[in-house]
Amino acid sequence: MSQLTLVQAVQDALRCALDADNRVILLGEDVGRNGGVFRATEGLQERFGADRVVDTPLSESGILGASVGLAANGMRPVPEIQFLGFIYPGFQQVVAHIARMRWRSQGHYGLPMVVRAPFGGRIRAPELHSESTEAYFIHTPGLTVVAPSNPYDAKGLLLASIEFPDPVIFLEPMRIYRAFRTEVPEAYYTVPLGKAELVKVGEDVTVVTWGTLVRETLEVVHQLERDKGWSIELLDLRTLSPWDEEAVFNSVHKTGRVVVVQEATLQLGLAAEIAARVGEECLLDLEAPVTRVASWDVPPPLFQLEDWHAPTAQRIVNGIERVMIY
Amino acid sequence: MSKKVDEAPTKMDEASSMTQNTGDSTVNKEQIPANPETSVPQDVSPELLQFFYKQMVFIREFDRRLLRLQRAGRLGTYAPVEGQEACQVGSAQAMREGDFLVPTYRDSGAMMLRGFPVSSVLLYWNGRLEGLQIPAGVSVFPLAIPIASQLPHAAGIAWAAKLQHKDQVTLAMFGDGATSEGDFHEAMNFAGVFQLPMVFFCENNQYAISLPVSRQTATETLAEKAAAYGFSGQRVDGGDVLAVYRAVRDAIAKAAMGQGPTLIEALTYRYGAHTTSDDPTKYRTEEELASWRQQDPVVSFGSRLRQWGLWGDAQEQQWQAQVQEKLIQAVAVMEGSPPARPTDLFEHVYAQLPPRLRAQKAALEKEVAQARGGVQ
Ligand SMILES: Cc1ncc(C[n+]2csc(CCOP(=O)(O)OP(=O)(O)O)c2C)c(N)n1
Ligand SMILES: [Mg+2]
Repeated sequence: MSQLTLVQAVQDALRCALDADNRVILLGEDVGRNGGVFRATEGLQERFGADRVVDTPLSESGILGASVGLAANGMRPVPEIQFLGFIYPGFQQVVAHIARMRWRSQGHYGLPMVVRAPFGGRIRAPELHSESTEAYFIHTPGLTVVAPSNPYDAKGLLLASIEFPDPVIFLEPMRIYRAFRTEVPEAYYTVPLGKAELVKVGEDVTVVTWGTLVRETLEVVHQLERDKGWSIELLDLRTLSPWDEEAVFNSVHKTGRVVVVQEATLQLGLAAEIAARVGEECLLDLEAPVTRVASWDVPPPLFQLEDWHAPTAQRIVNGIERVMIY
Repeated sequence: MSKKVDEAPTKMDEASSMTQNTGDSTVNKEQIPANPETSVPQDVSPELLQFFYKQMVFIREFDRRLLRLQRAGRLGTYAPVEGQEACQVGSAQAMREGDFLVPTYRDSGAMMLRGFPVSSVLLYWNGRLEGLQIPAGVSVFPLAIPIASQLPHAAGIAWAAKLQHKDQVTLAMFGDGATSEGDFHEAMNFAGVFQLPMVFFCENNQYAISLPVSRQTATETLAEKAAAYGFSGQRVDGGDVLAVYRAVRDAIAKAAMGQGPTLIEALTYRYGAHTTSDDPTKYRTEEELASWRQQDPVVSFGSRLRQWGLWGDAQEQQWQAQVQEKLIQAVAVMEGSPPARPTDLFEHVYAQLPPRLRAQKAALEKEVAQARGGVQ
């Protein structure tokens, strides 16, 4: 056991995967010699060689398209997209091919591959380094979308993703890459895909979130419990597609109130889907309308205003109050 | 044939002023003597030669000031220019009035030469939306962050000029790494097929973050890629402002005469980190950096000017003082800007704010008041 940050846990998972399975290769921009712009692949090229930790040309379509071929022909590629906002040149490969190859070949070519990308904002970076566009991928049939919120899960979910027979979009919350440490076992372990984590048990309201916002939301939850005496349940989805409907519905059956907090812009985000499903399945449990807390429906701004774009603590408080005082 | 001499702008002290040049090429490349030119060049006026130097000094000082501001926490991530001044001055200065510039994040120098305000560049890296505002009459596109994505735009801008019979040439800037993206190849192909009045100006600074050009392409040069699209490409010493200027001037003249696009690969080097979040010692050596520094574009052109009798200590001192004054003023504009208003998030997303966004804006106003009033 050691105390690792989230980015170190990612690196540790990649080390374990490269060790365990020689079909695994890492590829991407600056992942080799430089060890990745966030140092997520630091030291791995030295250890496993330049054939397994590969610096590619600056070409997302090339990286992702070649990964399709690598995966179809016996390898287990783990391509890195430097920031989620730079996946667009390779978007065709993701939605037209990566997501569909199993279906298109009627089961003949599964694509065991994991596309890693840092996502989310509020690190004072330039434009397009702050995207929370998980919904594009959640919307695309054939993809599995994962977003850890802490170091322990990051390692276990990444190893589970690499073992998984189908393509996974693995979104790493860059704002908390180094924000805190947790115990992370040195050994190989997995955290199951498709299972939410119950971060905190409560009776009055269910709050659902993922990624960066889990920790920030937990702080708000603690504060509201102290100030208002409410009992709040917090779920971390961990896998965004397919998300854990059972965990959410069970919680809503108990509490009758639900708030979904996302860093993505509001319209057609995952929160909208959760609200729709809760409406379909839990209508008679509900004491208040399902409420979404999200970024405004405008582009992520340059950094001076980014904290007002993403959900603020105040916005989360307002969302929870709305359903509690309905 | 009468020799035309390219003149410096009249308002010499303005970083935003630009040179007028008629565009017809007077110098045949074979006639350009090998460096160092021992005699004063005949095709460029002494004032313009001085202007080149002054602008390079300005950009260098500007860049160093921004790095200091970044370290002091006043700016976000910043992509420094030092080492590439000759590329930016030589190319932007070869543009004619009304020509269009399509820059990247590393081209603040060229942007300022084309009329983008110094204080706006500061505000941009200071994370202010105001830094995105483009003054009327300035034909500069917003700097592109996604690599190579601006190149098809440049092709479209040039195409529009051609369709409307405008006497306008578009200069698109990009790095060596950009040549690996599909957008580069697609833009080059459009330019070739539609014979667009444009110049592809590649600042080959040897690296795309950590990756050397040799890992980016298996061709020997980037310039030769133009052949695949049916037009000419050439390499130029990107450390020599005069060489860059002449190459771009001639390419613009060619484009303006309807003879289509040109790819120019300027060989250069960034002295600093890729951005302020990068550590270049991870991927390149001190010796390599030192060898490029020996041919410093600013220092070497300064000594040529002195050799030609066009520059001296007094002028140097005077210009340095003017540069510092300009920078102080620009920093004052940045520091003096009123705090950003949260509701500015909603500005300019659409020409007219849809009702849904009006409601969100009102909700944000309330949220700000609550948060500032400490109300919970
Ligand atoms: C589409 C895209 N992918 C990745 C990045 C991240 N990135 C920013 S700069 C850069 C290297 C660019 O190298 P080059 O084109 O040579 O320009 P330079 O920075 O050297 O001026 C990379 C990979 C990006 N901005 N856009
Ligand atoms: Mg470069």
